[in-house]
Amino acid sequence: MTQSDQSSYITDEPRRMTGAEMVWEALLHEGVDIIFGHPGGAILPTYDALSAHEEGGRIHHVLVRHEQCAAHMADGYARSTGKVGVCIATSGPAATNLVTGLATAQMDSVPIVAITGQVPTTLLGSDAFQESDVVGVTQPVCKHNYLVTDVNDLPQIMKEAFYIAREGRPGVVLVDICKDVQNDSGLFRYDYEIDLPGFEPYPEVDESAVAAAAQAINQAERPLIIAGHGVQLAGVSEQLRELAEKAELPVVTTLLGAGDLPESHPLSLGMAGMHGEAFANRAIQSCDVLIAMGMRFDDRITGSLDRFAKQATIIHFELDKAEVGKNIVPDIPVIGDLAKTLPDLLPQVNERKHQIWLQELKEWRDDTTQTDIINFEVDELIPPYVIRQLWHSTKDVKEGAIVVTDVGQHQMWESQYYIHDHVGQLLTSGGLGTMGYALPAAIGAQMANPGRLVWAVAGDGGFQMTLQELAVLKQERDLPVKIAIINNGFLGMVRQWQQLFYGKRYTGTPILAPDFVKLADAYGIPGLVVTKPEEVAAALEQANNTPGPFLIDFRVKEDVNVYPMVAPGSAVDDLIRRPKPVVVQGYSGIEPSW
Amino acid sequence: MKYTLVAWMRDKPGVLNRVSGMMRRRNFNIDSLQVGHSETEGISRMTFVVDGDDRMVDQVIKQLRKVVDVTRVVDISDRPAVIREMALVRVATTPQTRPEIVQVVNIYRGDIVDVAMDSMVVQIVGSEDRVDSLIDLLSHFGIQEMVRTGRVALLRGATGKRTKRSTAVWKAQASNGHHAEKEAQKA
Ligand SMILES: Cc1ncc(C[n+]2csc(CCOP(=O)(O)OP(=O)(O)O)c2C)c(N)n1
Repeated sequence: MTQSDQSSYITDEPRRMTGAEMVWEALLHEGVDIIFGHPGGAILPTYDALSAHEEGGRIHHVLVRHEQCAAHMADGYARSTGKVGVCIATSGPAATNLVTGLATAQMDSVPIVAITGQVPTTLLGSDAFQESDVVGVTQPVCKHNYLVTDVNDLPQIMKEAFYIAREGRPGVVLVDICKDVQNDSGLFRYDYEIDLPGFEPYPEVDESAVAAAAQAINQAERPLIIAGHGVQLAGVSEQLRELAEKAELPVVTTLLGAGDLPESHPLSLGMAGMHGEAFANRAIQSCDVLIAMGMRFDDRITGSLDRFAKQATIIHFELDKAEVGKNIVPDIPVIGDLAKTLPDLLPQVNERKHQIWLQELKEWRDDTTQTDIINFEVDELIPPYVIRQLWHSTKDVKEGAIVVTDVGQHQMWESQYYIHDHVGQLLTSGGLGTMGYALPAAIGAQMANPGRLVWAVAGDGGFQMTLQELAVLKQERDLPVKIAIINNGFLGMVRQWQQLFYGKRYTGTPILAPDFVKLADAYGIPGLVVTKPEEVAAALEQANNTPGPFLIDFRVKEDVNVYPMVAPGSAVDDLIRRPKPVVVQGYSGIEPSW
Repeated sequence: MKYTLVAWMRDKPGVLNRVSGMMRRRNFNIDSLQVGHSETEGISRMTFVVDGDDRMVDQVIKQLRKVVDVTRVVDISDRPAVIREMALVRVATTPQTRPEIVQVVNIYRGDIVDVAMDSMVVQIVGSEDRVDSLIDLLSHFGIQEMVRTGRVALLRGATGKRTKRSTAVWKAQASNGHHAEKEAQKA
């Protein structure tokens, strides 16, 4: 499916066709070439109409093994391209299966259009076979959704759905189409003017707010930027860097902001928050002006709200008005698209140096390096080491590797020990924290970026939630997703909380796993077990050099914890630090990232 | 404090559910809610009364504006407006109490819209306070059944410039409370 196959097909002539055909016609007009889905009764007419486009090479359908993963794949596709991801499923159980994936995407502002089949209009509300009130069920996890009961409404609804999903703060739009509507015929046109008086994707920028922000930044002695996902969504990482360099502003990020500024940049302090480095959190608590950009002060980043950056003047650059003042009341709200406000701000910010402040930060950093265990004993296989080696083995890849993490300890280690030098290279479920995300999202990202190296990093727990999608790697002609399982025999993150806060009672957290390599083998996917530190580099090398998919089962030490850690309800600088280092003479396997 | 908000929305199936669902999800407490047609075809008008503080109401307004079908939201709490409620009350009567009830209703400029042997239906339109106080009086005679609308509100004519609470709140907070407090701490 190439753009040229599509563009030679598309015509603006209004034509009569069935609702089923309209779905694809609309997708083609939106430039969609890959969709992720699973068929069934109520969506069958639409699947039937797909065959012509598959044969014509215009749209490729990826068959998932569980609808949750269709949404995660569309999510991985969308995050890694900035385009709208599309997933499709039938009614009832299939549509409800989508919900977790849609909620995951919506929480992280990922644009998705989900298409579901619904029972015929005549049976609506009758508890018909495989009927579920999908619009009702998904309303709280969607930006907007539609039930289509008339074929003549379908083209316009499809156009609106893409528009709403994509514009402003991106999100999820679901279109639920009754089966008879798919069979009915009507006139398809796509030249509708979007007329949504209640939808204000890009609020007007108040220039005086930008000026006030510039003034505060110019007067700051201890400024700090905290950058989030919005920087990536607005495509302004370059301008962020320019701003940071011009006024010498150090930058911390949220989890989803990883790579907004290359993490090896001297002004980058890495991630802040619950598992952020001590100095990054201390910077938040010591700055005089905190410049928040495209982030929403989630509790994982703020810790106790009552004690968050109390000393600082807070400037909040944000597109979504409802995020401004929701958790933190900023002193200077700058509402609007960062793609507009940041370029507006840049010329108003003076060139400056902040030597004393940067020197102070450097001292804290050095102190962290010395006090916190960065160098581990190496005769045991520990997760941070694996992650750092993964970075080593992929750091020179052009545009960077795409790393897709699951949820748990490994996700935090990845954020700490992988150095994200490329904006958008980390895909992870930050808001909803959905276990099982990594493999399907990595598949979506790989489908969208055939030429790039994609690694899925998962725990042994989360991987077991969606491992059935291994079949997709095979069915999609050996899709070259590489998989690292950080296998610690526990639901590690929960075990850590039990150890620290629940009297070491490990209820429900020891987890048995299959032999993952044998399992991969059953799907026809090669793999390796790694048990020793000295095997790590070679195994990664082999995975990277093997065409097609590859799985590595890293049998890591069971009881390693993620530190530093801000206990829930504590202030962000009130951290449990890493235990005393065990410095191994002459070993430099895990060098500090700074 | 109680706030009166007016929202206009596209008259689409499920729109009430979208709005009330959002309120429930976000844990906003609605005191009363009144929906009906507006002067524009295809647009419904909802009047809400919510209980909370400035910050919460600011959030309610912003979250309401995010609902795609909601076209406009105005906070009229501190603006000149005509605000009315209506109640219909069926009150028990005896030959002895009837004249007294009629008198009370007249004082409140209510109407008696139905009379039966042992009861009558009283209609009152007025401010919430007036409705409250008539109901309070009628309750001494025995209320058999009652229905009240929520508040409906309309701005008075020639109100001048529209202010947006959302920005007004930030500006106020930035210029006095919050910001000044921090400045003081720094000093
Ligand atoms: C779907 C879902 N269920 C439960 C949780 C709660 N949870 C968060 S982390 C975690 C443990 C994950 O264990 P594992 O996948 O082995 O990764 P590890 O923490 O060991 O790296 C659990 C159960 C979740 N985030 N998502």
